[in-house]
Amino acid sequence: MRLQGKVAIVTGAASGIGRATAVAFAREGARVGVTDINLAGAEATAAAIGEAALALRLDVTDEAAWAEATATTIKRFDKLDSLANVAGIGFPGTIMDLTIDHWNKMIAVNLTGVMLGCQAAIRAISETGGSGAIVNVSSLAGLVGISDVAGYCASKGGVTTLSKSVALYCAERRLPIRCVSVHPTYVDSEMLDPVADAIGNREAMVAAMASLVPMGRIAKPEDIANAILFAVSDEAAMLSGSPLIIDGAQLAGPSSAHTKG
Amino acid sequence: MGRVSTKVIIVTGAAAGLGAAIAKRLTEEGATVIRTDIAAGEGIIRQDVADEAGWKALIAETMAKHGRIDGLVNNAGISSSKSPMDPEGAELEDWRRINTVNVESVFLGCKYAMPAIAKGGGGAIVNMSSIGALVPTPFIAAYGASKAAVAQFTRSLALHCCEKNYAIRCNSVHPGQVRTPMHDVLIARTAAEHGISAEDAAQAFLTKVPMKTWQEAVDIANAVLFLVSDEARFITGTAVIVDGGMSLTN
Repeated sequence: MRLQGKVAIVTGAASGIGRATAVAFAREGARVGVTDINLAGAEATAAAIGEAALALRLDVTDEAAWAEATATTIKRFDKLDSLANVAGIGFPGTIMDLTIDHWNKMIAVNLTGVMLGCQAAIRAISETGGSGAIVNVSSLAGLVGISDVAGYCASKGGVTTLSKSVALYCAERRLPIRCVSVHPTYVDSEMLDPVADAIGNREAMVAAMASLVPMGRIAKPEDIANAILFAVSDEAAMLSGSPLIIDGAQLAGPSSAHTKG
Repeated sequence: MGRVSTKVIIVTGAAAGLGAAIAKRLTEEGATVIRTDIAAGEGIIRQDVADEAGWKALIAETMAKHGRIDGLVNNAGISSSKSPMDPEGAELEDWRRINTVNVESVFLGCKYAMPAIAKGGGGAIVNMSSIGALVPTPFIAAYGASKAAVAQFTRSLALHCCEKNYAIRCNSVHPGQVRTPMHDVLIARTAAEHGISAEDAAQAFLTKVPMKTWQEAVDIANAVLFLVSDEARFITGTAVIVDGGMSLTN
């Protein structure tokens, strides 16, 4: 098993990518702090995993809550090796539609939450003699601009470069901690529910999104969890600071449609 | 069950260095690996990857023997030449040789393996690029340019496969500083050019890597394993950089 003897914390683990990541980690032998702001959801994920999971409520924007979550995880599992910062939120809106409330919420959860997680994890991993990686879930929107999700782009772009900065910090100090950003395209998870509700037809929404992906489908949470698993495992021992793009070729370039009239 | 059990995968340049490590890792995880190299070796099929007829024969023989091809790892490559390797001093003949071996071979391998992989329901192609495709390499100009071409071709290939519904994923892998026979040659040459010891030349390379450790060939092999495995089923048209942070600071 690829994470035998390892301890990890996963945020946003009540649903979607976070839940799939916690399950993948446990399947490969890790003990997992399953965290979410929705404690009942975290408990459901932890119950599905069994004894290797500890459910915790964690508001990633709360610095004190991070200290408590890492301390509780270490108390139960003795150490920490890795952190998957998955928790995130999205509100649509162009630069001109964006409200300050939505902007502040996205920056708080998607960017400040990741920053606090990196700080807490570096401390906890160092103090307990662990070794592993911090994996931050960014997005295609953290690599390119999309006009109707301006705030989301800004928050995820911050995650991309913060991850590089954290990778260099750890490398320069010879800390046994790598930092990797992961960039999914659309993922068929609960995070799309509000968009589906707004459109009124989930199937049509998924089909429209799939039409933008050269592989012809959108991602499943497990597709992203597999990449996060690879990134935290010792198999990725020299992978740090670089992005892992899981997008069915969406960013590879324009399609040949323009030559087909 | 290994992670690539039942898969038949061709690995070029498999006699030494990265190719040998990739072939070993894929074999450990259950794959049937077809190892090719221009050099002789145990279990190696001799192949000049720049030879078109050789590719046709290799694909036909593999299909005849195994009935399917699920993956191709275009790993064979060269970096050095007799003439200087900077843009001003390099000789055209050497420029062409490096691009023939590093770029034309990748094109040929993909061209002839693609239909065979598609016929069996799909699979994955991994093309070995380099950090030299991401940062300038004035001391090995042709090599860097050839590896950038590989990365760009890989993205086109990925989109082509999507558009043709071939279910073949195509990605490039970019190692940083791995101590392989190819890398030893580069260090020896750098040492000679600067009148320093090989050890000092090696240290000069190492200072460019934030993690301050040489990569092992298995670090690259593990990335290739992930990409050819079904775990990476949604990853195509992208570049996986395994460089100990080197592309962040150079």
